[in-house]
Amino acid sequence: MNTAQHGTWNRLFLAWLVAAVSTLGALFFSEVMRLPPCELCWWQRICMFPLMLLLPLGLFPLDPRVVRYTLPLALAGWGFALFHWLLVLGLVPASAQPCRRGIPCGEVGIQWLGFLNLPLMSLLAFSLIIALLASTRQKVSP
Amino acid sequence: MKQKLLFALAAIVLLLGFFLASRLHTDARQEETRQHTALNQANLLRMHSPTLGPAEASVVIVEFFDPACETCRDFYPFVKELMAAHPGQIRLALRYSPFHEGAGQVVRLLEAARRQNRYWETLETLYASQQNWVQHHSVQLDQVWAALQGTGLDLERARRDMEDPAIAAIIQQDMADARALRVERTPEFFVNGQPMPSFGRQQLRALVQEALRTGGN
Repeated sequence: MNTAQHGTWNRLFLAWLVAAVSTLGALFFSEVMRLPPCELCWWQRICMFPLMLLLPLGLFPLDPRVVRYTLPLALAGWGFALFHWLLVLGLVPASAQPCRRGIPCGEVGIQWLGFLNLPLMSLLAFSLIIALLASTRQKVSP
Repeated sequence: MKQKLLFALAAIVLLLGFFLASRLHTDARQEETRQHTALNQANLLRMHSPTLGPAEASVVIVEFFDPACETCRDFYPFVKELMAAHPGQIRLALRYSPFHEGAGQVVRLLEAARRQNRYWETLETLYASQQNWVQHHSVQLDQVWAALQGTGLDLERARRDMEDPAIAAIIQQDMADARALRVERTPEFFVNGQPMPSFGRQQLRALVQEALRTGGN
């Protein structure tokens, strides 16, 4: 494995770490703390959970093409997270809410340091994953 | 090789961290629930509650339930089995937490049936026909009446009795007690004042056996 490949591997590995921490964190909130996920949370989960399983397939053996299959998921998840965050901030009108079944998406369940809520953490996680995945594309081609 | 090791190590650390955090969180919550229940024992039993089994039984199971709840229906025979396995030693007290839409009316109907001394028969009939009258988590009241047709219950009288404010008061008291005890899901069991550590048949059985061993003290 040459230096460029090492760089790619490290980035994919880091992206997987972010996805794994996010997935386990989401599962902790819903399964251990029993906070029911709202509908928008589910859309983000649909994008995040597969990354935890797909990215390792690109690590062993190293296959940079895994970016092709994971980047669209990360981008979609980023979009849902952004919408969710804007909703929580009140920048998206309540009528735009796609929520049902009594779990309001606009409700802030958990907030740390006064601003770090779950949609923002999700947005940051997707952003990091996108940055890491996108940066491998430039490294691959000589 | 180094990369595989790194990946395996990261995966193990993450999973261990997850399980450790879960364990700590669950333990803390169980302890919190135990203490909270201990402080609110007065909310557990009320004179108005329907009971099954002898008054001098050493083990008292308090069940908060919703007649429209599937899991309550599934647990009912299990609780009866526990009682049959230890005849004369277990008493069951039923409390209402009608969380399903429209379930309050079914509880009123149960209380009306109680005035005709047909409480347990009616409850069993309703459980047996539950699939017919609960649709998408909401009660179809006309189907409830249909299920009770020809069971020996005086339906006209039940219809009148249901509207009695005394019955509404019982439900209100039970709902208030459920809130005080933080009953958020049904069924919720308390055995001799102890909450279940986590939900499940085995946990309930263990709690009952523990109570039988200590003789209700």
